[in-house]
Amino acid sequence: MIEATGLRKSFRVGRGRGASTVEAVRGVDFAVRRGEIVGFLGPNGAGKSTTLKMLATLLRPSGGVATIAGVDLLRSPAEVRRRIGFVAQASGTYDDSTARRDLVLQARMHGRAKSVAQELAAAAIRAFQLDDFADRKIRTYSGGQRRRLDVALGVIHSPQVMFLDEPTAGLDPPSRARMWREVRRLRDEGMTIFLTTHYLDEADSLCDRVSIIDAGRIVAEGTPSDLKREISGDVVTVDLAASELLDAAGGDLPAATKLLAEAPYVRAAEPVDGALRLYVDGAATAIPQIMRALYDRGIEPGAIETRRPSLDDVFLAKTGRSLEE
Amino acid sequence: MKLVRDTWLIFQQEAGLMVRNPVMVAFSLAQPITYLILFAPFLKVVMVDRGAATYADAYRIYVPGLFVAMGLFGGLFAGYGLLSALRAGIIDRCRVTPVSRTALLLGRALMHVCLNVVQAVVVTLVALPFGLRVHLANLLVSYALLGVMVLLSTSISYDIALLVRNENSLGVLVNTVGQPISLLAGVLIPLVLAPMWIQRVALWNPFAWATDGMRALFAGQVFQTVVWQGALIMIGLAAASLLWSSHLFNREVS
Repeated sequence: MIEATGLRKSFRVGRGRGASTVEAVRGVDFAVRRGEIVGFLGPNGAGKSTTLKMLATLLRPSGGVATIAGVDLLRSPAEVRRRIGFVAQASGTYDDSTARRDLVLQARMHGRAKSVAQELAAAAIRAFQLDDFADRKIRTYSGGQRRRLDVALGVIHSPQVMFLDEPTAGLDPPSRARMWREVRRLRDEGMTIFLTTHYLDEADSLCDRVSIIDAGRIVAEGTPSDLKREISGDVVTVDLAASELLDAAGGDLPAATKLLAEAPYVRAAEPVDGALRLYVDGAATAIPQIMRALYDRGIEPGAIETRRPSLDDVFLAKTGRSLEE
Repeated sequence: MKLVRDTWLIFQQEAGLMVRNPVMVAFSLAQPITYLILFAPFLKVVMVDRGAATYADAYRIYVPGLFVAMGLFGGLFAGYGLLSALRAGIIDRCRVTPVSRTALLLGRALMHVCLNVVQAVVVTLVALPFGLRVHLANLLVSYALLGVMVLLSTSISYDIALLVRNENSLGVLVNTVGQPISLLAGVLIPLVLAPMWIQRVALWNPFAWATDGMRALFAGQVFQTVVWQGALIMIGLAAASLLWSSHLFNREVS
């Protein structure tokens, strides 16, 4: 449904002699199949929104090609617009308007006649359960209500492909859960969905496939479970922030990292936020060995935690940084 | 055809939102009406040797000037609306639909034209009890001239807004440009009272031509050359400026 090859975008920043070029997206390749929910996961500034805006015809790519719903993005952007829906990070509604007015306008901008547009708006209000506030001013809506309206606007013309830029950023947990239900419902109705997120749980539970993007490049790609399987074994986190020795010596974390990274029962060790994250084959056998090694060095660990690998561990393994930092 | 339909669509949306905010519309009338009531009487005193013997004469000279001032500043501040629509993501949402991109700009500009003409009608009605008398046909032509003028000032504001991309710079630039243009158009005090060198400079000010045309219309001199000269200058510049803003607007924006 979406196929992109070598998609690139660079911006010129500044003027005259001080001008420089920023590479926002450095050539990404990916494909999205019909009826999939695919997510771009990455930190802010990784190039997620820029990629999305290129696919949604808002930005002209500096290089590369893409086909969306069988239409060439560069050659016929107008045709692409008929087939896609787009929900930007910024809400994109008029504070003084109402949901119904904006829905009707949106349908009419897609070329529908007035009566058809009014029916489509009424249907969208039912489908997204906007009934209670559809005729109130948008400035009175809650964040979740606003976001639902945004998505309703994006799909008023039943597009084949839907682009969602950070659909749940800033929403409370119940509103997020509800938004996930809406996104799954759209997929079940046959839509292909491409979204960006910087939430691990969102990528993990909502997306069929995830592309991890960092500094304008895709660093890993696959289903969430495949990606996590690459990091086999368990993750053990040893809290060293409370360690008295750490305070006194002012830096036992590097020493502990070095010590454990060289231990045969640890596959990799990464310091994250005053804690040490260790990748091991089995937590049950590794934890006593880790404890002994630390005590031998006179380092008293705080809390020790063990869990299955998350997408953050994948991100850390690929980029050397944590998304949660 | 599609451009006309889409422009009408955006115009309806923008005008609908304006109507839903009647308080704002009322407030935007406060300044012109204040000038009308508190400033026009000065003119009778100043212009007594220049054919303003009565209040009716003073209003016949002042009301057209007020139209120009309203048309100039009403349009020049339109860029704020465009910037806030850009920032809110409204423009991006519209650009991802097949709607004509030029219509997104033109529909908005025409809403300002409509708003300013409505304001001019109110000002005319308020001026009637003070003795303003003008032929209906001439009045209608002056509204049309005002409309073109607003189209010009609105698109100038859009040009600036699209180039500077922030409200603060827009405000500074609009005031810097607007003040000399309005003073050099003689909107407050007719240029006949100005020193010779100011009159010479004013020859280069298109809005001065429009003001002279507007005053001629109110004086009942429809066929004076300055009427069609002022109108032609406004139409030409409005067309050029609109083309430029739509070029700037259709250029990719982030």
